[in-house]
Amino acid sequence: MSVALRVLDDGAWVSVNDERRVSVSELWRVGDPDACACECADYVVEGFTDVGADGRTVTADVYGQCIRCGQAASVPGLPVGRIVDGEFRPVAGEAIRFPRGGLGAPQALPLPGSVGED
Amino acid sequence: MPTDVENWKSEVYGNEIREHLMEFAEEGWESIPEDEHDAWFERFKWWGLYHQRNGQESYFMMRIGTPNGVLKPGQAEVVADIADEYARGPAENPEFGDAYVDWTTRQSIQLHWIRLEDVPEIFETLEANGLSTQQACGDSWRNIVGCPVAGKDSAEFVDALPVAMDLNETFKGNDDHSNLPRKWKVSVTGCEEGCGQGDINDLAFEPAEKDGVKGFNVRVGGGLSRNEPRLARSLDVFVPPEEADAVAGGISALFNDHGDREDRYNARMKFLTDEWGTEKIRRVLQEEYVDFELQTAGEDLRDEYTYNSGRNDDGHHDHIGVHEQNDGNYYVGLNVLVGRMGADDTRELARIADEYGSGEVRVTQRQNVIVTDVPEANLDDLLAEDLLDTYEPDPHTFMRGSIACTGTEFCSLSIVETKNRQVRYARWLKDNVEVPAGVEDFHIHLSGCTASCAQPQIADISLRGMKTRKDGEAVEALDIGLGGGLGEDPRFAEWVEQRVPADEVPGAIGNLLANFEERRQGDESFRDFVERTDEETLAELVEPEETDYEDPYMHNTKLTWYPYADEDDMDASPAPARADGSPIPSDD
Repeated sequence: MSVALRVLDDGAWVSVNDERRVSVSELWRVGDPDACACECADYVVEGFTDVGADGRTVTADVYGQCIRCGQAASVPGLPVGRIVDGEFRPVAGEAIRFPRGGLGAPQALPLPGSVGED
Repeated sequence: MPTDVENWKSEVYGNEIREHLMEFAEEGWESIPEDEHDAWFERFKWWGLYHQRNGQESYFMMRIGTPNGVLKPGQAEVVADIADEYARGPAENPEFGDAYVDWTTRQSIQLHWIRLEDVPEIFETLEANGLSTQQACGDSWRNIVGCPVAGKDSAEFVDALPVAMDLNETFKGNDDHSNLPRKWKVSVTGCEEGCGQGDINDLAFEPAEKDGVKGFNVRVGGGLSRNEPRLARSLDVFVPPEEADAVAGGISALFNDHGDREDRYNARMKFLTDEWGTEKIRRVLQEEYVDFELQTAGEDLRDEYTYNSGRNDDGHHDHIGVHEQNDGNYYVGLNVLVGRMGADDTRELARIADEYGSGEVRVTQRQNVIVTDVPEANLDDLLAEDLLDTYEPDPHTFMRGSIACTGTEFCSLSIVETKNRQVRYARWLKDNVEVPAGVEDFHIHLSGCTASCAQPQIADISLRGMKTRKDGEAVEALDIGLGGGLGEDPRFAEWVEQRVPADEVPGAIGNLLANFEERRQGDESFRDFVERTDEETLAELVEPEETDYEDPYMHNTKLTWYPYADEDDMDASPAPARADGSPIPSDD
C-alpha cells in the first residue's frame, strides 16, 4: 500500500496520507555530531524541507536549533514515525533521533547548564 | 523534479478553482476526498481560504484583499456583517470575543472560523459590494500595498492610488499571471515619507522624477521570511505612471518563467535577485519582456523617508492621529491594538466613517484603520465618539507601537501564541515601564515564526517565536532583536538575545529601556543607540526577568486545539464539524 508523504504549509507540517501529522515547533532529542557539540541536542524544529522513507520509517529533513547551545543546524533524515499496518505512528517525544532514520531509546535530557560539553 | 504543489497547480489552479470550491461548498466538507485534502487546501488559498491548523479542521481563515487598504463607503459595514454572521467558532477568545476582524500588515482583512459551506453566500455578499478574496493567498499577485492615504496625503509626490488600483485590475484574475512560482507582493508608494514599505516587497514602485516627469523607480527582491530578510534592490529603471502596468507585467512574467519551481524555499523573487543580480534582471527584462526602451532610474526621494524609521526625525512613523489631507479635509488614524477589532466595533467604525467622513475606511500596514475625508467642522464630534476610547487617535506609546501576527491561535506555522500575549505585554508595559523621554513612537513587533507576518525585523524591538526550557519544562519563548527600521537607510534588527521565556520578556523590555535611558546621548533615538552599541553590550542590556506579569500561554499552545478553550486538549476538539457545527466522528 502506498503512503502519501509530503511537506505542507511552507514547511510547517509533515503530511501523511493527506493528514497533518508532525508539526514544527516541537522539541526533539537529536543525536547528530554534525548538528552541534552537545551529545544530545535539545532541538527545536523550525521547519521541514523534505520528507522521505527508509523502509517503514518516515523521515524528514529539518532545520532548527539546539536550545542548549544555540547552534542552528539542518539535519537530514530524522525519523518522525513508522508505518505499521498502514497506519502512521509518530516517534515518541523523548526518543533520541539520529540522521538517516536512526532511533535511540527514550531517555532523560542531561542537566541544564552542561551546554556543549555533555 | 516539480514539487507536489506544482503538480497540483498544473492540474487545477487560478480562476478555475472556484467552480470546484463551490461544488465542495454545496455538498459539504465531507465531500472533499480525504486523499485530496492537501491538494485542495493548497488550491483554495488562491481564493483567499486558508485551512486552519490541526484541531480546527473544516474551518478556514478567509482573507479579503483591499488594494492599498481602501474600503470604499459601505464596505466596512459589509465586512462587519460577514464577521458577525459567519466568523464565529466553537470557542471564544478571552480578549476579543467570538466574532472579530483582523486588519493585517498587508492592508488586508482576515476572518476566522469560516465554514466551507458558507463560502458561496459570503462570496456573493462580498462581490455584490465590490470586495473579493481572489488571490488573497496562493502563488500569485497578492494584495497590493501602499501609503494608506494615497491620493489624500499632503506629503504626496505622485498620486500612487490610480497606479495601485490599475495594477490590481490588470493582474487580479489574469490567467497569464495567476500561477507564479510563489507569492508575489507588490508595493506602490507615492508619498515622500516611504509609507508603502517598498523595501520589503518582491516588487516596489517608489516615487521618483525624471526629466520633469513624476513617476516611480523600480526595486525588486525584498522580503522578510525564512530567516533570509532582504531589502529590495534597485533595477535602475524609472517608469512614468502610464508604463507601470507594462513594466510590472514584464517583471512578473520574468519571475513566472525563471523563478524556482523545483524548490519552494528558493522560489521567491529575492532569491532570483540574489542569483541573477539586478543587472541581469534588467537586461533580460529589456530584451525579452518589454517592447520599449526602459529608462534609467530617476531621482528618488529616499533621503526624505521617515516612515517606521526608528529615528528621532520629527517624521511620520504611522498614520495615527488627526492629519490634514491635501483637500483641506482631515483623516483620523485610530490605533487598533494588534489589529483585531470586534464585529460590533467594526460596524460602529463604519457608522462613524459614514457620519463624519465620506464613509471610506482605510487599513494601514501597522494594523490600524483610518477614517478619511472628515471636514474640520466634524472633527470634535468624531473625536468624542465612544469607539475612540478603545481605538484611540492618541494612544499610549506601547499601545501604539504593538503589532502581532495570528500566532498559534489559528496558524500552522507559528511556534507561539501571539495576539493575546502582545495585548498583555502592551498593557503591562503601559502600567509598569516608563517611556524614554521624548519618545512617541516605539515599535514592538511580535511574530510567531520566521515567516515574519508581523514584520519583526523592522521594529525597534523585534520578537520572534521560539521554544526553550524553564525549570526543565518546555515553554514558549521569544528571540529578541533590536534596532530595526526603514526610512532613509533601512536596517534589519540585530538578534541579540535568544530564547527568552515569554513570561520574562516584559521584564527584559523594561530593563532594556531603563538601560537605554541611562546611556543614551541627548535625545538620540533607540535605533541610533542600538547602531552605535556593540552586540555584546546590547545583549547584556536586555536582562530578562520575571515580574508580576503573568503569561497564561507558556505551555505548548500548538498542541491544544484552541489555546483559550476550557478544555484545550487536542482530543477535546470539536473539529472537523459539519455546517451546523456538529462534530464529524472519526473513522478510527
